[in-house]
Amino acid sequence: MSTLVFLEAADDLGLQALTFARRLDPAVEVVAVGDAPSVAAKVHLAEITGYAPQAWARAIANLGPTTVIAAGTDRGNEVLAHAAVMLDGVFAANVIAADGDTVTRQRWGGSLLEEARLHGDVKLVTVAPHAVAIEETTGEPDVQAFQPELAAGDLIARVAERVEETTAGVSLADAPVVVSGGRGVGSAEGFAPLEELAGLLGAAIGCSRAVTMAGWRPHTDQVGQTGTKISPDLYIPCGISGATQHMAGCKGAKNLLAINSDPEAPIMASADYAVIGDVLEIVPAITAELRRVRGLS
Amino acid sequence: MNILVCVKRVPLTGGKMVLTADERAIETRHLGFTISPHEECGVEEAVRIVEAGGGSVTVVTLGPPEAEEQLRDTLAIGADRAILLETDGGDWDPEATAAALVEVIAAENPDLVIFGNESADAGGFQVGIRVAHALGRPIVTGLKALAVEDGGLRCEQEVGSARDVYRVPLPAVVTVKEGINLPRYPSVPAKLRARRKEVERRTPAARDPRLEMVRLIVPEGKGKQAEVLGEGPGAAPAVVGLLQKLGVA
Repeated sequence: MSTLVFLEAADDLGLQALTFARRLDPAVEVVAVGDAPSVAAKVHLAEITGYAPQAWARAIANLGPTTVIAAGTDRGNEVLAHAAVMLDGVFAANVIAADGDTVTRQRWGGSLLEEARLHGDVKLVTVAPHAVAIEETTGEPDVQAFQPELAAGDLIARVAERVEETTAGVSLADAPVVVSGGRGVGSAEGFAPLEELAGLLGAAIGCSRAVTMAGWRPHTDQVGQTGTKISPDLYIPCGISGATQHMAGCKGAKNLLAINSDPEAPIMASADYAVIGDVLEIVPAITAELRRVRGLS
Repeated sequence: MNILVCVKRVPLTGGKMVLTADERAIETRHLGFTISPHEECGVEEAVRIVEAGGGSVTVVTLGPPEAEEQLRDTLAIGADRAILLETDGGDWDPEATAAALVEVIAAENPDLVIFGNESADAGGFQVGIRVAHALGRPIVTGLKALAVEDGGLRCEQEVGSARDVYRVPLPAVVTVKEGINLPRYPSVPAKLRARRKEVERRTPAARDPRLEMVRLIVPEGKGKQAEVLGEGPGAAPAVVGLLQKLGVA
């Protein structure tokens, strides 16, 4: 076997990885754990109950691939890193293009790219989210179940239980509109007008890393490279300068309306629309105008 | 519990990436440096565990001589010892980095090793896992909560709006994500004390990279020219017009 795609699921990111792999090797086969993904390919289905990253990687290693490709998700990166050790392979995370032994991969959450050469007989890469468009293929999976030969210790780190969190309000990752505040909001109290506007729009509240570090908002509100990655229809960053750390988290936004006192702020290079001025004056004015317009209709 | 935390010195990049002429590094002449964010939380977590239950915190970094600055920052918030694996500042690939760290960690033999989930700059997602395998210890990655209980670890990983719980025995390796805690700021006296502490220096053995960086590339921006809707509160009607046009009003 030459090229193997590890599919956590036949979701968007999984199918992107499969598309990426097929361009490199049309005869690619799939490895999955638990449930067989519905894709037109030979599927090696490992019988392991629950998530145990090292055991999942062992299932991949058992198949003896020379190239392994997966989606650049938390689990994709984790499982391939384990598999790289087992296969004595070289692993490149979050690749956007490959040509022979050379790949282009993301650094800094995608704010910078790296051209890298992979040396070794076994190569493993994860595909950065949304780096390739999915090419659908039709057909049924040809499933072959197998019992992986696990090594001692492979099941020590495994999910023991899942705890569901009760989150109030709109989920930041999935919200159609996100209103975010940065240092320019000035204080924790400064978020009150943002919350009022977000409430009217059914939007989630976000913030920059500077705000979290200052303790004004919890980390769960943070948009960025080390926070939540969002892709709303409309993103409204208020008083956010646009550091690369922040922009790595909102690249997926379809429209960006920046409200900022500095017309030269880096955020303007990524903005579709801008309002220049004091956030604490502008946001309440927008809320009032929205109420007025709604009252008329 | 004796805890060893691995950290990385990275530039504070601000709003724009500018490369050096050889395209092999970020131009840092006008930039400050910091500890990669996940690892900053790793140090804080280690200090909290030791404050609560006793033990020691050792911080290790592989980097240029200037990385001493980041090690002193960790001494100022409560780390006991700092070890610098000194390089010429060039790029070390994940395998070479892991090999250099394993040598130190095996000698120190800590109960718990903490990494960041991935470094802010290279984002390799593998040094901690490679180290865990070399040490023959279990690893749990991407933690948003960590507790010592019954002589082992209870680890929580964020999965969408849920949390996956792992229980592993010690000794173990974990990687953490920002948000597991809010790191403290060092006090001025603590900073002064940290200046006088010793930073142990070692020279790690370099090896040829198998993930070989050829060059860096600044991705092309979208070339956007923002449409300015107005200045100050007077722009509100234009903004509401936009919200209506986008169908979100």
